[in-house]
Amino acid sequence: MGWGFAGPFVAVFGLVFLAPIGYALYLSLFQDRLIGGTSFVGLDNYGKALTDPRFWEGLTRVGLFLLVQVPVMLGIALFAALAIDSGRLYGKTFFRVAIFLPYAVPAVVASLIWGFMYGTQFGLVGNINDAFGVTLPNPLSPSLVLASIGNIVTWEFVGYNMLIFYSALKVVPRSLYEAAAIDGAGEWRVVTAIKLPAIRSALVIATIFSIIGSFQLFNEPSILQKLAPNAITSDFTPNVYTYSLSFSGQQHNYAATVAIVMGVLTAIIAYAVQLRGMRKG
Amino acid sequence: MTTSLPTAAPGSAEPAGRTPAASTRAASGTTTSKRRERRLPHTPLNPRPSIPLTLVAGLVLVYTLLPLAWLVVNATKDQNGLLDSFGLWFADDTHFWDNIGRTLTYDDGVFVRWLLNTLLYVTAGAGGATVLAVLGGYALATYDFPGRRAVFAVVLGAVAVPGTALAVPTFLMFSNMGLTNTPWAVIIPSLISPFGLYLMWVFAAEAVPTELLEAARIDGSGELRTFFTIALPLLMPGTVTVLLFSMVATWNNYFLPLIMIKDPDWYPLTLGLNAWNAQAQTAGGQAVFDLIITGSLLTIVPIVAVFLLLQRYWQSGLAAGSVKE
Repeated sequence: MGWGFAGPFVAVFGLVFLAPIGYALYLSLFQDRLIGGTSFVGLDNYGKALTDPRFWEGLTRVGLFLLVQVPVMLGIALFAALAIDSGRLYGKTFFRVAIFLPYAVPAVVASLIWGFMYGTQFGLVGNINDAFGVTLPNPLSPSLVLASIGNIVTWEFVGYNMLIFYSALKVVPRSLYEAAAIDGAGEWRVVTAIKLPAIRSALVIATIFSIIGSFQLFNEPSILQKLAPNAITSDFTPNVYTYSLSFSGQQHNYAATVAIVMGVLTAIIAYAVQLRGMRKG
Repeated sequence: MTTSLPTAAPGSAEPAGRTPAASTRAASGTTTSKRRERRLPHTPLNPRPSIPLTLVAGLVLVYTLLPLAWLVVNATKDQNGLLDSFGLWFADDTHFWDNIGRTLTYDDGVFVRWLLNTLLYVTAGAGGATVLAVLGGYALATYDFPGRRAVFAVVLGAVAVPGTALAVPTFLMFSNMGLTNTPWAVIIPSLISPFGLYLMWVFAAEAVPTELLEAARIDGSGELRTFFTIALPLLMPGTVTVLLFSMVATWNNYFLPLIMIKDPDWYPLTLGLNAWNAQAQTAGGQAVFDLIITGSLLTIVPIVAVFLLLQRYWQSGLAAGSVKE
């Protein structure tokens, strides 16, 4: 009877998750040449991917993105969650709802709003330049565009992570705070000695999701590409690269290989973070 | 980023042993206890609000609200107003209603078509995803059937697989099946939400006591009838949470329709706005920035409204998913 209830989920899951993974593995073992058609090439595609400078360029870029954006975003989210949970804010419900709000905004709309605001034509950057007679660096220039994307992603997900932390903080037994107060522990001490250890698993989970998200970076660069065609190349991130290989270049076999390599890398790093995060306790 | 998964800050693989009665009591007790707290003197557990902390946290608030304010302000401007006036204040003349009218009628009302497509994808995709997650989560939580552990392990493992890694092979598969460029190509992959399943499993384990199901069986109630009359009402708060997060994910989906749909008649709103932007940036294309901005506002208003109206549900649903250590 259990299968009767779980069956529909499992069947669709097989179709949209397991079958594509199997198909991708199959595709990655072949090559489609103009002359000679499709032929089995073993692991050649993997060798090609691992030595492909365009793949490495994108991977390095998302690595850098990950090292800077994820700590900044999680730091802000943690601060907001602790501030709301401390009960020392005026209007804490408003804070909670307003900070979470951007999560409901589609990546397309978020990228368009920020992209326009970054613009010098009718954006805020243009306004500031006109008002003060200065020339601010263009956020959509090749050297700054990654940071500008980081800002968009931070904006989109800071509230979501805040909510994860806040939900975890809410179930910390209040009696612990009482005991700490009796012992004369200050607020900062309560945060470091009680609250942070208590929500460690939420911190680990949020970190893992942010890492997976960073490795998958696609929507924001894909949309901003129209606003900054020179700054965002077709190999900007591994996913943008996979997309252009597959849909502009028709190199489906190689695209599947790059996607698998990225998937394996992501899983390894997510797993390592989980092991490390859990061991510390 | 494509991580649009509802998470419940799952701390461990085992659900917390809280009863639904206790959580409803806690939820309904919040307002009364708040009122009571006001009368109590300020203590370490009930501290006095702090102005400096509110100001610093206010910076985060400004950050999250600023782009939304920019969007609202600029949805009142026409093309000239956009270029001539300061971005965070209104132009001399307001074109708000005019902008909405032109957005809805531009190009034979294609925006309305995109809106209806989005509604179709959300209803079928998010609705279906919720049904599958509720049934599956209920099965995992209350039945001990062969392969149960395997189902759970495989589904959780799949969460770590980047969604975009599946995109190319899924596209090729659907292309062979003749499904690309049809609504099915967007709806079918939207039906699976591993996190919806996880959340429902945790929630069902807490909310549906096995003794209750046993009692129903002894009374001769069939499994389906037991599910609909006893389990489903208890699962409601979790169901609404999963529905809400699936709706956001489908409403906001960009990558999946981008690869699956080439025909603008089947675009959802997100792809449509992207197409208008591409047109506006192309030399010789009609610059419709005012329509893109108004269209963006119209795209987020329904989903933000749903979120605000159902606040109580997603907040309690997420809280139920987080686990005591």
